[in-house]
Amino acid sequence: MAAQGIEQTGAQPTPPGAGYPTGGKAESTSTFSWTPYVFLAPYLVLFTIFVLVPAIFGLWMSLHNWDYLMPKQPWVGLQNYINLFTPGSPTAAFFWQSMKATGIFTLFSVPLLVIIPLLVALILNQSFRGRNFFRAMYFAPYVLGVAVVGILWRYLLQPGFGLIDYYLGTDVAWTTAMPWAWIALVGMTVWWTLGFNAIIYLAGLQDIDPVLYDAAKVDGATRWQRFLNVTLPGLRPVLLFIITVTILASANMFGQAYLITQGGPNNETRTAIMYIAQEGLQNFRMGSAAAMSYILALFLVVISILNFKFLSQKEED
Amino acid sequence: MAGATAKPEERNTGDLAKRILSYAVLILLTLMFVAPLLWMLSTSLKPNTATTALPLSWIPKPFSNEGFSTILGSNSQSPALRWFLNSMVAGLANMALILVTASMAAYALARMEFRGKRVLFAAIISTLFIPPIILLMPNYQIVDQFGWLNTLLAVIVPGAAGAFGVFFLRQFFLSLPRELEEAAMLDGANRYQIFFRIILPLSRAPLATLAVLSFLTNWNDFLWPVFVLFTPGSLTLPPGLSILQGAYTTNYAVIMAGGVIASIPVLIVFILAQRYIIQGVARSGLKG
Repeated sequence: MAAQGIEQTGAQPTPPGAGYPTGGKAESTSTFSWTPYVFLAPYLVLFTIFVLVPAIFGLWMSLHNWDYLMPKQPWVGLQNYINLFTPGSPTAAFFWQSMKATGIFTLFSVPLLVIIPLLVALILNQSFRGRNFFRAMYFAPYVLGVAVVGILWRYLLQPGFGLIDYYLGTDVAWTTAMPWAWIALVGMTVWWTLGFNAIIYLAGLQDIDPVLYDAAKVDGATRWQRFLNVTLPGLRPVLLFIITVTILASANMFGQAYLITQGGPNNETRTAIMYIAQEGLQNFRMGSAAAMSYILALFLVVISILNFKFLSQKEED
Repeated sequence: MAGATAKPEERNTGDLAKRILSYAVLILLTLMFVAPLLWMLSTSLKPNTATTALPLSWIPKPFSNEGFSTILGSNSQSPALRWFLNSMVAGLANMALILVTASMAAYALARMEFRGKRVLFAAIISTLFIPPIILLMPNYQIVDQFGWLNTLLAVIVPGAAGAFGVFFLRQFFLSLPRELEEAAMLDGANRYQIFFRIILPLSRAPLATLAVLSFLTNWNDFLWPVFVLFTPGSLTLPPGLSILQGAYTTNYAVIMAGGVIASIPVLIVFILAQRYIIQGVARSGLKG
């Protein structure tokens, strides 16, 4: 879409006063105009100060012993990174434990959040009364941010008198024992964000040309064959988007663990984001925390690229 | 194959059974999504002693305003009313900042030619893929340099630098017919007049979508305000709820009252602007 937009602009004659006309070389014209820059300036100021500068400044911080509370931040080169890969250093064990926690959460939540919302969207995609009502109901938890959902689920998960134990007839230490803490965190996250993915699937389903289904029916395809040969291929771009966004959201999990398990038991549900934030903004070892955030970011970027390659290759088959 | 060769009447009974099954699943799911929210409301209206009593009761008996009065009182250590106002101010200011800066930048990127446009657009778009965690430490340091720590400016301004709004509005502006602008130019209108008198009035729906999504995002933001706001009077609701949970550990009536206060505005926004929210989310998926 983006590239197409730029070409469109270039193909049109540019009205006077719009800056450099396209097509010709910029320096060959004399119609320089400040107008585009005036329109861009307010956003660019914000973008520069809070996105561009920090993206570089963070790297600089990671090369220092950057203690927020100290008057000086001495240069340490790659030491913060080396520490993360040195067993026995103060940060290595905790950091990789937190990376493992993030990995476990992502591994269990992503498949559920890719499959269950698709089933819900398939049900919602039929024509029946009250469809918009149900769609809104399923989406409702998502508009309540993680703070509300977190304090609510901590109460629901209390052993004995919590709503969950009460209706399941169990007595489980959901927030303080393994593997229950993971089951609770994954389960409440599915409850919270299912509606978001379902709505995106639903829009994708409604974009599939009904003619394709009719043609498949004429050819005698069963319901299941139609799903495999029409629905799934039609959903491929949406599926790629959902898998990527869900992996990134799960890998950035913070609020649920912070509010419901406080990272416990024994730091086992302390996610990477939670450990980085605590190391940097509670213990104020910001250089070390910045180094960790770049390692985590590297993982996320690699996963996104692999995911993208894998799914777009499939499309070519 | 059996389905394709079935006689019409068999297919109809099959459809009816399927329809009933679908409704059963839909209603069961609705209960699963709505029940916890109703439970939060019910608990907030119980005396605290009733919040851990068995068997559970969905209707508060007796009704009690203990939970709400504890945090809404003016002498409260957990001034929820103040948090509510702080969240409201931050959400609206952040929304206004995003609407103004993103619409202007998006218009320049959609319709004007200038040196460095491609590079600039690529730079803005590529930041959509930067994991936000790498900005956390440096932005804390930058906000501290500005003297904004523990003030609402910290939760208003940096959040408006995201690229989503620019990207979202640029896509819409590109879809508008050029003829309107060209006609206005022939009549002697300049870029500023065209932007304010033609483009913005035509863009009510996407602007409303962006406004609602920005407000909800800011209202619900958790990680950043938890660390940049720290005295009780300067908190917004999300870090406030975290404090409430720490301070009133087992007083669930109080904690759930806080949850209800934080939920009401977003649920109202959701009911009123459902169409914009759902379309905005759905469209972001298709464009991705």
